[in-house]
Amino acid sequence: MHSSGSVSPAVLPSVSEFQLRRQSEREPDAEQSTAPAKMKLENLNFYYGKTRALKDITLSIPPNQVTAFIGPSGCGKSTLLRTLNRMNDVIPGTRVEGHVELDGEDIYAPGTDVVSLRRRAGMVFQKSNPFPRSIFDNVAYGLRINNLTHSKSELAERVEASLKAAAIWDEVKDRLKESAYGLSGGQQQRLCIARALAVEPEVVLMDEPCSALDPIATQKIEELIVDLKQRYTIVIVTHNMQQAARVSDLTAFFWLGEMIEFNITEKMFTKPDKQMTEDYITGRFG
Amino acid sequence: MRSLTRRKLLNNTMTVLTGLCSLFAVASLFFILGYIFLAGVRGLSLSFLVNSPKPIGEPNSGIANAIVGSVILITLGSLIGMPVGILGGIYLSEFGSNKFGLLLRFLIDTLTGTPSIIVGVFVWTVMVRPMGHFSALSGGVALGIMMMPIVARTTEEMIRLVPHSLREAGLALGAPRWRVTLGIVLRTAASGVATGAMLAIARIAGETAPLLFTALGLNYLSTNVLGQMASLPFQIYYYAQSPYEEWHDMAWAATLVLVTMILALNIAVRVLTRNRYQQA
Repeated sequence: MHSSGSVSPAVLPSVSEFQLRRQSEREPDAEQSTAPAKMKLENLNFYYGKTRALKDITLSIPPNQVTAFIGPSGCGKSTLLRTLNRMNDVIPGTRVEGHVELDGEDIYAPGTDVVSLRRRAGMVFQKSNPFPRSIFDNVAYGLRINNLTHSKSELAERVEASLKAAAIWDEVKDRLKESAYGLSGGQQQRLCIARALAVEPEVVLMDEPCSALDPIATQKIEELIVDLKQRYTIVIVTHNMQQAARVSDLTAFFWLGEMIEFNITEKMFTKPDKQMTEDYITGRFG
Repeated sequence: MRSLTRRKLLNNTMTVLTGLCSLFAVASLFFILGYIFLAGVRGLSLSFLVNSPKPIGEPNSGIANAIVGSVILITLGSLIGMPVGILGGIYLSEFGSNKFGLLLRFLIDTLTGTPSIIVGVFVWTVMVRPMGHFSALSGGVALGIMMMPIVARTTEEMIRLVPHSLREAGLALGAPRWRVTLGIVLRTAASGVATGAMLAIARIAGETAPLLFTALGLNYLSTNVLGQMASLPFQIYYYAQSPYEEWHDMAWAATLVLVTMILALNIAVRVLTRNRYQQA
């Protein structure tokens, strides 16, 4: 059954075979099945002081796919997401054990440039957090600090492209000089996505990006996520299981710091391998 | 029922009592301001503001030397106290969540509480005596030392108000920590930091004791920072001590000028910050 039989079920269960089938339905040109993992976690343990928040997590995140992390509050899914671009480094008293690789490079190796890692793995947070500046300057911030553009016109082009990619251009194109705080919650979140996309990351990490938004804003962002995977590898943490089912290709279910199941989303929500996953998804606990 | 009546009575009594106490505190401020106004407004005129002191009996004597001197001394003090205070405040809020930070915070609070005359004596010992003469520069240093802890603590408090999510947003875009601190955190807190700095200015503008041992005073207009220099608080002290009725009136008028300046600064800060919060 498993075309990638050597991979243990927890790592990437029958993904390639399933992707081939799905892609033949949707995007016949894509060759995801042969692509190596974009990010790879091996025996990852994470500690807040003495508390072990993540227990021996091993999984592979395929490129140009949406991978969702689900599970009840406090299960470690956000912590895991934040290990992928080392945002946990900011929190004092934390410790990481194990390997996290981006394109085969250990991102926790000594001498890793955390700043350039975060440029490659951008992040969108649970609560929209625009800078108290103009809409334009918010998107331009990452470009400016990284010296990614060489002229004013190039900067303006990149900002416009990013705002278009985040599907918010039409709503803000006449008010680029106005404060970002004048935007609605959903618009602010899409602005934050545009800001993250502007530096052209390879991976976009999203930490419950819709949890503070109404259904219409949520729908816009979900459509956006599905569009974005053409160009980016996306990892999304969500409380909302329907959302995981709608936007993701792969889903990982976490429970008390452990990864219970990692599976293709369709399979996860119809016929999961583990009883515990089924119990959680059907609302019997959690 | 009886206990309820008693409780209500006690409640009302205490409300009235505490209200009276706060009224008393505010009343003393208005009494001081009113008295200064009545006593000072007589001697106030344009020539009083633009002329320097003249010998007793001569007309058109003024305090221009003291106004200019105070501005120079406060500027010197700010040049020393503000950069150190602001950078120190940044350290405390961004990197000071360890034992060393705790110690620093305690020491800074101690410095805030140090009587200003001790600061004056200290600067006299380390600057005035080695140099051999009083100077505006040493006065500026003394005022700067008084400003530092105030600015550091207000800067720290203001920077703490910047949401952590903004720092994370900057870091997640690949910004180095120092750029996040200066470009996002400090910039977001800028108006609060400026408020703290202005309040610190208002606080040191009236200091007399540190200047007594450093800048001393001077009866004519001077901008030489290596020599003695006049200042409003010192001029008031000097005139008030004199035996001449005419100089007493000038002391009151100079007091009115100083109080008006400090009051204007405080009101300006309140107005500016109020607008700031309304926008947010």
